[in-house]
Amino acid sequence: MTLVYSDRGDEAAAEAPVRRIKFTINGQKKIAEVEPRLLLSHLIRQGVGLTGTHMGCDTTNCGACTVLVDGKAVKSCTMLAVQADGHTIETVEGLAGASELHPLQEGFREEHGLQCGFCTPGMMMAAKALLAANPDPTEEEVRWALSGNLCRCTGYQNIVKSVLWAAEKLRAQSAG
Amino acid sequence: MYPSRFRYEAPRSLNEAIGLLADGGDEAKVLAGGQSLVPLMKLRFASPELIVDINNVPGLAYHQADADGTLRIGALCRHSDLEHSELLRSTQPTMAAAAPLIADPIVRNRGTLVGSLCHADPQGDWASVVLSLGGSVVAQGPRGRRTISMTEFVTGPFENLLEPDEIAVEAVIPPAQGTRSGGYLKLERRVGDFATVGVAVSIETAGERVTKAGIALTGVGGSTIAATEAAAALIGRPLTEESINAAAELAAQAARPRTDHRGSAEYKRHMVSTFVKRILSGANHGRASSGDGGGTERAA
Repeated sequence: MTLVYSDRGDEAAAEAPVRRIKFTINGQKKIAEVEPRLLLSHLIRQGVGLTGTHMGCDTTNCGACTVLVDGKAVKSCTMLAVQADGHTIETVEGLAGASELHPLQEGFREEHGLQCGFCTPGMMMAAKALLAANPDPTEEEVRWALSGNLCRCTGYQNIVKSVLWAAEKLRAQSAG
Repeated sequence: MYPSRFRYEAPRSLNEAIGLLADGGDEAKVLAGGQSLVPLMKLRFASPELIVDINNVPGLAYHQADADGTLRIGALCRHSDLEHSELLRSTQPTMAAAAPLIADPIVRNRGTLVGSLCHADPQGDWASVVLSLGGSVVAQGPRGRRTISMTEFVTGPFENLLEPDEIAVEAVIPPAQGTRSGGYLKLERRVGDFATVGVAVSIETAGERVTKAGIALTGVGGSTIAATEAAAALIGRPLTEESINAAAELAAQAARPRTDHRGSAEYKRHMVSTFVKRILSGANHGRASSGDGGGTERAA
């Protein structure tokens, strides 16, 4: 895989140290050659081409870039791509199956959990980590778990409902 | 945003990491959780030439108690490990109260306590907590290990006592001689914001009498403040309304807040006093636990 960078004039391209890393993203094994200063979010969006992971603030605040690294929610703008070497990444594109949506995606549709949709991938990935650890969260627990993710549209009410909707469906699925 | 260019090394042992740091000198930085360092590098406030990523060094992710009760927190122990720790819940009320208040839940998955101490942000919560407990930092370098008291470790805003070739490998909290109680309270406008005011109070009691006390303040000065006179006012007698009020007043006097967009200096000083009272009143009623001694307050 090759990454193409904008020439910002501060580069000495020939000297750029490149490291080869191996990682798994949404079940697919990948090899990439990356400059150490490349962020994980850039690797995912520009390198792998999965643009569902959004970059909002780029300063570790908004959580739009949240992905799962070995099952833990991480702000991918605040981790170096080289640090993904040997690790497993899940992005929003990994949620849906071949023919059906993930219960979280269904929940956001059913409960109108999004308006502009920019924060949604991060919300869903943070929620996925929550539900894996705590399948039956209270409303308050959902709110705290999503407190690292900002939404400018919804006022969060329907996002919380969406996650609770998904939690119920996931519990019913695992019981059935 | 991209950081400026750096050389990246991911050693597999502490010795290898220390060797790399020795080569890198002043231009090398250790990367653990990266939740402060990476943003600083992206904003180009920091432009290290060498990054020594210690995430692949085995045996640093622990937090555990020695037989005598000494608590050791390794350099790769994440905030979230501490947040969900049964050991902390049962033995370290101030730490258990603070852990869920660090940054936000996603940042807590990567950030580390030891990294937070090294970063020495005046608004960092852990420095106050560790200071109130009389803790220290263990540094390892080519000349071996040394223990640095938290009272000396931070030398100014974003400055610590580590030599360029030393790594902070663990934080150490001494064992309680009496019954430990206390808490951490933080005023923040929203989750993930820096503390407008943070107060850590740790006390030990034998019977009714307070035998040891530590009070430290976050975000109300150029760096973390140890309110030693306030703590001393509690020692040698039971917790009473009078002693609690005296400690609260002395803590407020120790604060050096500045008026800014988060609030006036007077307001911040008042909150220091209020938080000291709240934490100690909880302790006085036998409710000093993470549930009652800790919490977050939202400014209106």
